[in-house]
Amino acid sequence: MRYHAVGSFDEAVRISASATGVTRFLAGGTDVLVQLRAGIVQPDDIIDIKHVPGVKDITRRADGGWDIGAAVSGVELGAHAALCRDWPGVVEGMRLVGSTQVQGRATLTGNLCNGSPAADSVPGLMAAGATVSVTGPEGARVMAVADIPKSPGKTNLKPGEVITRVHLPPRGANGGDSYLRFIPRTEMDIAVVGCAVNLRIDGDTITEATVALGAVAPTVMLVPAAGAALVGSTLDDAALDALVIAARAACRPISDKRGTAEFRIEVAGVLARRAASIAYARAKGETA
Amino acid sequence: MSRIHITTTVNGEAAEFLTDPRETLLDVLRNQLGLTGSKEGCGTGDCGACSVLLDGVLVSSCLVLGVEVQGKTVETIEGMATDGALHPLQRHFIEHAALQCGFCTPGILVAAKALLAQNDNPTETEIRYWLAGNLCRCTGYDKIVRAVQDAAAEMRGAA
Ligand SMILES: Cc1cc2nc3c(=O)[nH]c(=O)nc-3n(C[C@H](O)[C@H](O)[C@H](O)COP(=O)(O)OP(=O)(O)OC[C@H]3O[C@@H](n4cnc5c(N)ncnc54)[C@H](O)[C@@H]3O)c2cc1C
Ligand code: FES
Ligand code: FES
Repeated sequence: MRYHAVGSFDEAVRISASATGVTRFLAGGTDVLVQLRAGIVQPDDIIDIKHVPGVKDITRRADGGWDIGAAVSGVELGAHAALCRDWPGVVEGMRLVGSTQVQGRATLTGNLCNGSPAADSVPGLMAAGATVSVTGPEGARVMAVADIPKSPGKTNLKPGEVITRVHLPPRGANGGDSYLRFIPRTEMDIAVVGCAVNLRIDGDTITEATVALGAVAPTVMLVPAAGAALVGSTLDDAALDALVIAARAACRPISDKRGTAEFRIEVAGVLARRAASIAYARAKGETA
Repeated sequence: MSRIHITTTVNGEAAEFLTDPRETLLDVLRNQLGLTGSKEGCGTGDCGACSVLLDGVLVSSCLVLGVEVQGKTVETIEGMATDGALHPLQRHFIEHAALQCGFCTPGILVAAKALLAQNDNPTETEIRYWLAGNLCRCTGYDKIVRAVQDAAAEMRGAA
């Protein structure tokens, strides 16, 4: 195994594009090292992106949106008060990843690129409409986070492509987001179901709503019908019931030791209802 | 296999080692630098027995490559007592009998020290969440939590 501490993303792409064996980019390493140690993935080349200038930066753009460097850790994300105010749901998804020790290293980008259907930060990013900047052998492009996951452990990034930054849209007025997951204990477990809701209100009426579910299909996914169930409503019982039905209808889960398919479908509806209520309260400025 | 020369600072002193890029920081600490206080409970980030501070940030050293610490500072349990005097956390762990086999203890002490560095008066809930990634199979967590609270009180000058 060769270790490359690259000084630019162009160098990362060059090494990755010319590599003949297994390549892994290294952000926080909390997935890469576990897979390395378990013998699941034995990279020939590890390309550490943490020395690229700017990868630890969190910056507010002129339009009010946010750019988050590819190596920003969970701890660093959670310490950024203004970002937490704008996108509490995105941040709480990332902050649920692992322990204090894991938080010191783990990144949004790594969570996304590891491709787990249960990745805790990904539903919040999708619901927020986040995008990522990608650099590869054929140049740069911007992709929606929702277009990155392909199947368990696989992404739609092309060989040699690396994510350089995560972009969040401007929060704008009267918006709120939220993420909830169900695990059998209070800390340190993998989501049985995860659900993020992002919405905007005008007075009491919801004008925009996006819902994403995790751990109930081969990838984290947007559920457009669930968002549509909320739009035009005041989060009344009828709208919430329609949300629950739409969320459950989208689930195609597996049964495993953490929960049966039936249980996951049931919980998806419960979490969607609760996450929508939290996002709504946040949009009204009632809770942090 | 080419080995890489790394220079770093461990517990305030310059250190250097040659490492295979596959080796973890935990392996380097234990096998090359003779610092066997950090333990390997799992090797997969789950137990916290290998906790160290890397540039002041609490991490699991089994999830860091040795090559990644070039030019950085590492603090381990060996650096916790100063001039032979135990750290208040270490003393309160003994007083509360907050350890049995002791395998988890170095990691818990390092993690608790990191907590108190940023919060000198944590609640029980804050302590339990902060230490959720530090598993103990023998003691039960109550004595550990109380030892951390008493150490915090002493360090605030309140005890
Ligand atoms: C004890 C423990 C508990 C955990 N708990 C959770 C949990 O509760 N929820 C959860 O979702 N996850 C959990 N995880 C998994 C892991 O911590 C997260 O997925 C984390 O966000 C990964 O980020 P990282 O920076 O460490 O990624 P890395 O391990 O560095 O990388 C992960 C993958 O992304 C690729 N990659 C990294 N950076 C880039 C880039 N810039 N461009 C393209 N590809 C890139 C890597 O090549 C690799 O394939 C846990 C892990 C451990 C060890
Ligand atoms: S040995 Fe590192 S977390 Fe268990
Ligand atoms: S004292 Fe034995 S594991 Fe904690």
